[in-house]
Amino acid sequence: MQRIGVFVCHCGTNIAGTVDVKAVAEALKNEPGVVFSTDYQYMCSQSGQNMIKEAVAEHRLTGIVVCSCSPRMHEATFRKTAQAAGLNPYMVEIANIREQCSWVHKDMPIGTEKAVILAKAAVAKVNLNAPLTPGESPVTKRALVIGGGIAGIQTALDIADAGFPVDIVETKPTIGGKMAQLDKTFPTLDCAACILTPKMVDVAQNEKIRIFSYSEVTDVKGFVGNFDVTIKRKARYVKEDVCTGCGLCTEKCPQKNVPNEFNLGMDNRRAIYIPFAQAVPKVATIDPNYCTMLKTGKCGVCSKVCTAGAIDYSAKDEYIEERYGAIVAATGFNPISMEKFDEFAYSQSKDVITSLELERLMNAAGPTGGTLLRPSDGEHPHTIVFVQCVGSRCAACEQKGKEYCSKICCMYTAKHAMLIRDKYPDTDVYVFYIDVRTPGKNFDEFYRRAVEEYGVHYIKGMVGKVSPEGGKLKVQASDLIYGKQLHIDADLVVLAAAIEPDKSARGLATMLTASMDTNDFFTEAHPKLRPVESPTAGVFLSGTCQGPKDIPETVAQAGAAASKVIGLLAKDKLLGNPCVAHSDEMMCNGCSTCEKVCPYGAITYQDKEFRMPDRTTKVRRIAVVNEAVCQGCGACTVACMSGAMDLRGFSSKQIMAEVDAICK
Amino acid sequence: MQNKKSENLKEQVLRMSGVNPSKCMRCGKCSGTCPSYDEMEYHPHQFVYMVENGDIETLMKSDSVYKCLSCFACVDRCPRGVEPAKLVEALRLCVIRQKGKNHMTADDIPAVLDDEMPQQALVSAMRKYSK
Ligand SMILES: Cc1cc2nc3c(=O)[nH]c(=O)nc-3n(C[C@H](O)[C@H](O)[C@H](O)COP(=O)(O)OP(=O)(O)OC[C@H]3O[C@@H](n4cnc5c(N)ncnc54)[C@H](O)[C@@H]3O)c2cc1C
Ligand code: SF4
Ligand code: SF4
Ligand code: SF4
Ligand code: SF4
Repeated sequence: MQRIGVFVCHCGTNIAGTVDVKAVAEALKNEPGVVFSTDYQYMCSQSGQNMIKEAVAEHRLTGIVVCSCSPRMHEATFRKTAQAAGLNPYMVEIANIREQCSWVHKDMPIGTEKAVILAKAAVAKVNLNAPLTPGESPVTKRALVIGGGIAGIQTALDIADAGFPVDIVETKPTIGGKMAQLDKTFPTLDCAACILTPKMVDVAQNEKIRIFSYSEVTDVKGFVGNFDVTIKRKARYVKEDVCTGCGLCTEKCPQKNVPNEFNLGMDNRRAIYIPFAQAVPKVATIDPNYCTMLKTGKCGVCSKVCTAGAIDYSAKDEYIEERYGAIVAATGFNPISMEKFDEFAYSQSKDVITSLELERLMNAAGPTGGTLLRPSDGEHPHTIVFVQCVGSRCAACEQKGKEYCSKICCMYTAKHAMLIRDKYPDTDVYVFYIDVRTPGKNFDEFYRRAVEEYGVHYIKGMVGKVSPEGGKLKVQASDLIYGKQLHIDADLVVLAAAIEPDKSARGLATMLTASMDTNDFFTEAHPKLRPVESPTAGVFLSGTCQGPKDIPETVAQAGAAASKVIGLLAKDKLLGNPCVAHSDEMMCNGCSTCEKVCPYGAITYQDKEFRMPDRTTKVRRIAVVNEAVCQGCGACTVACMSGAMDLRGFSSKQIMAEVDAICK
Repeated sequence: MQNKKSENLKEQVLRMSGVNPSKCMRCGKCSGTCPSYDEMEYHPHQFVYMVENGDIETLMKSDSVYKCLSCFACVDRCPRGVEPAKLVEALRLCVIRQKGKNHMTADDIPAVLDDEMPQQALVSAMRKYSK
């Protein structure tokens, strides 16, 4: 039998105003196990805590019940007090008589009665409590960042700045992400490359950062502090440490007609290529789908021209394994496919383009050298129609669009319209919008400038149909303010395509056991209070993989994710939560039910030999909980049909004892 | 979208009124304020929008320019300082100038007096010059 002390807090008048605290203390005196019961004005105060310590010594207490505010407030405080008094901290229970009694009831008798019941339940639980000790695990002081866009770059730089080594895994041959493809950036209109490439160079030169470009994560095992990750380094057929990035091979390669993905297929590159001049790492890559040497064994031009001797046609994919303490997902976004939007004639006319394609057409390093020309005939467009919300806020059909607002397109459309009117004042620019959404510092001012200073025609309404006709694009649209249907002969139509998470994110989330929402954006641990952590311990979120964001927001989140990683890596050991699940191996049938319900992937199965009563041995499959991964949610204990799974500190027996005490 | 004549007219209206319709963000507060809204075919925010689009003649032909009481409520309330009533006034002046020398004489007034017409119309006539 335990020797339990009960301490009833007044919380000033917060509790004492509606709960008769003296009556509660009195009523608890006769509960089984209780040897001491008292009340005090502020249990959490220093003198309140001393009172507990003295009572432990004087009455040789083995368990404590504090009737006070929510355990969220002071459970940790009273556990520390117990520890200081020589008790195991998990021998403390809180009866919440403030939020659940005094704050929700008006009548003293009702509040008091409920407080007594809750206190009795807590006593019943403490009677079954056992001392618990949290497990410890070491922390590998190295972080992995998956995705090398501006989000991944910023996170890696910030972690490295704190002195921890970081690896960036980027699936493309270079880091930089979408920002590297942009021309100028709202709301200040500074050139994307001018602000991005110095950061890329910082990454390349930082001793603490390794870049695994043209690589992918293929396997993740382990848990917070100790993730074992397998990284596939795709064969690039060019030795990374030998190639000087001179680019001679990319000029001499006879295979000229490869669609250039960096310019979204609007021009061609060679089979051996460097995506853009400021690529990091600046190393050539051979595209095995187009290289004639790799396909037919004939050619070898690049190897002949390469003075550094960097070409290696026999290269193979390589796999490396590395251990990390923390993982950051920064896999970014892509514009959705426009194929399903026949109404805008995207597939029919080259002159119907997406906004990202427009970025390339306006970029000095793009296919037109920065002069805005129609993709079909290379002429200057004189009438340009922008359509916002293409595929955003579209709840009609999942295959076609996305229900959410993509958040960035109102602003970049204003940017595009303004830049075009600035450079080509003879161009008529129309923007069709459902709403113009410009929350953000200097954002609405920016959009109003497009209208008021640059004379962009913003029209409330939507384009219903675009038909290519005689070199023009016939645009049929509504003007809801006028109440008219409009017909515009346009030279260029630009679609502000919705954005979606990178398609690889779902597979990655499965590997990381990180959760996603229905749109495949990574879910944060708490939408308001823990926005850069995933619910899976040790996995953090950076940038647009968590939700639509512009660059300032992405960078802010990237820094926040880095600070969480630094906080983790700064620890030498992680103290686990001892209130975790464990399975009684004698009762477990190895049915796999628990594994399926565990949201954190904490449960695996093991074949174990058991000695049978007749002295034979038998191998049975049993569940094993990884205590470092288990968050103690209890889902498995409810799902387990054999009753083998139980939660330490919240065992089924303890909970039933509480229920019994309440129902008595 | 506009021809020469309507462009000239638009320019004239803008000069007379001193209004920059492109400042309008189409919030509709002017129309939400206007006491004469129900009498009008085109409402204050539409005046602004149509002037911006150079659709002046339609407005000049419409009765709506005379339904405006010149109360200047729209001017007072507009969050962007557009001053719609000044546009309406300019449109009225355009109509008068186009008609040439056929101003009303004092004798004509009793015949067109309207019992329904609020006294405010007279007051507002004063007000608009003080704005
Ligand atoms: C047309 C357009 C114009 C824009 N203009 C502006 C502007 O003017 N101002 C502004 O603030 N914002 C602008 N934005 C938004 C801006 O592009 C984004 O905010 C920013 O790029 C987000 O960065 P990110 O790192 O989260 O994602 P990304 O840039 O998408 O980077 C993600 C990176 O991760 C890599 N990756 C993906 N999956 C994996 C994987 N499984 N393994 C390894 N690597 C992976 C990708 O290859 C990519 O390099 C614009 C966006 C568009 C579409
Ligand atoms: S070997 Fe391949 S990449 Fe090299 S030059 Fe020939 S086609 Fe181009
Ligand atoms: S940001 Fe603007 S254009 Fe983009 S989806 Fe939202 S409302 Fe539409
Ligand atoms: S001034 Fe004319 S348009 Fe403006 S609110 Fe008054 S009546 Fe309406
Ligand atoms: S109140 Fe001003 S901004 Fe709003 S619709 Fe009228 S004129 Fe435009």
